[in-house]
Amino acid sequence: MHKLLNFSALASLTVLLSTNAPLYAQGHEEHGHKGHEHIITVHEDVEVHGERFPETENEEGDYDPTPVIMHHIQDAHSFHIYGEGHEAVSVPLPVILWTEKGLVTFMSSEFHHDSHGHHVVEKKGMYFVNYHEDIFQLERPDETLTLDEEGHPTNTQPLDFSITKNVFTLFLACILLFLIFGTAARKYKNAGHKVPRGIASFVEPLVVYVRDDIAKANVGEKKHEKYMPYLLTLFFLIWVINLMGLIPFFPFSANLTGNIAFTMSLAVIAMFVVSFSGGKAYWKHIFFPKPWGVWPILMPIEFASNVIIKFFALMIRLFANITAGHIIVLSLISLVFIFQSVGMAAVAVPFALFISVLELLVAALQAYIFTLLVALFIGQAVADDHH
Amino acid sequence: MSLLALNPLVKPDIGLLFWTTVTFLILLVLLRKFAWKPILNAVKAREASIDNALASAENAREEMAQLKSDNEKILKEAREERDAILKEAREIKENTINEAKEKAAGEAKRILEDAQEQIENQKMAAITELKNQVGEISIAIAEKILRDELADKGKQQALVDEQLKDFNLN
Repeated sequence: MHKLLNFSALASLTVLLSTNAPLYAQGHEEHGHKGHEHIITVHEDVEVHGERFPETENEEGDYDPTPVIMHHIQDAHSFHIYGEGHEAVSVPLPVILWTEKGLVTFMSSEFHHDSHGHHVVEKKGMYFVNYHEDIFQLERPDETLTLDEEGHPTNTQPLDFSITKNVFTLFLACILLFLIFGTAARKYKNAGHKVPRGIASFVEPLVVYVRDDIAKANVGEKKHEKYMPYLLTLFFLIWVINLMGLIPFFPFSANLTGNIAFTMSLAVIAMFVVSFSGGKAYWKHIFFPKPWGVWPILMPIEFASNVIIKFFALMIRLFANITAGHIIVLSLISLVFIFQSVGMAAVAVPFALFISVLELLVAALQAYIFTLLVALFIGQAVADDHH
Repeated sequence: MSLLALNPLVKPDIGLLFWTTVTFLILLVLLRKFAWKPILNAVKAREASIDNALASAENAREEMAQLKSDNEKILKEAREERDAILKEAREIKENTINEAKEKAAGEAKRILEDAQEQIENQKMAAITELKNQVGEISIAIAEKILRDELADKGKQQALVDEQLKDFNLN
């Protein structure tokens, strides 16, 4: 069953890449004429960036939603609330860089809302610019970024451990989870063997569901208890972040579960958990698959499928589903600006509402699928006997 | 790598990778201690107590059924005993009646026999007495006749003969 899911995830990745890549090749900038008829207006220093940057208007003067959408679904060093350019209101977040001179920290507000590589921040005698939310290091304060043919800067990039919008969201989700489940857990202390009231009565069916229908059903009655904390944490973290991403205002709206780094991290952890749970039968099945005649072909396939592809698919599935949801909602809302008509809202808003409700389902579904598959893989790994 | 270079969406960010991994592991440890263990243990304990309660209810029901069947057994035994006693009593009664009847019949027979015997005896006595009286009367008559007839000798003789013919009794 999971092989089919792997395939569908890869297919969705291909679609995603092929649709976005050409749009992105145009460049990376939010730019436009400061016309009164446009909602999106940006400060005017077009010549510095050259034609590599995308504009919120294309050559025909029509509104191009791609930069706005890309901006929303990607990570950022500050939490943008509203407004554009220098008038933008955003919550500054700490920038943490590891450079050759050690750790450098400052607030993202020092970039003055600049993400085009203009505003140079000097720290410890080093010069930093924010170019599309990547931090680059300059040799001299008056230097500009050197771009290669594809529009990517060739300057040195310090290791960026900043508390970005996504990291901030992650922390917020952790605090929320800790508050919800910590409070729920405390309700049990006085309840004895009775059913606790309040938040615990809401949380308990979910926890029991994960235990009975995900863990027990896939890992097995005997061995599931060891994996319960991991599976519960995984399920609720993904679900809560998915839901937070659907709320379109500060401090939510970040597309964290639609970020490849986040899903990669979860997938790698899942890979370690599954691989370390694997018993003798599991590894024997991978390295010495039968029949012997096709061993040279089967062994690499089994190895790749069980150790890499399964988790690669987990990473892509969550990332693609959540990102796609965000893109659809934003695209529908962009219709209002593409047609430059408020009347379009009568069409766009119901559609966006419909997709948002669908995304509520997807939020729970993707958390469920991720957890279910991890439980299934653990179940395969801990199984005593194969076939 | 050209695929990754094409689209920043699929370019994993080292910072977010780092923070996600660290945060997830810390969250896992904290939630395990402060949330999952207490919740799961409480749920498990409650399920165990519910199972116990159900099991003891089942036991109680079985005991009740046992008691009920015991009661019924005792009741049945009592009923059987009652029936036996009644049967016995009825037999005794019938025996007694039969005995009494037999006894009564015997007695009646005996009394009847006695009475018959007595009657017979008295009859015999009466006959004897009658015989005696007849004898006496005969003697008296004979005496009287003799006295009357003796005056005339022929007549006396004729009378005696005639009398004797008439008194040819027994």
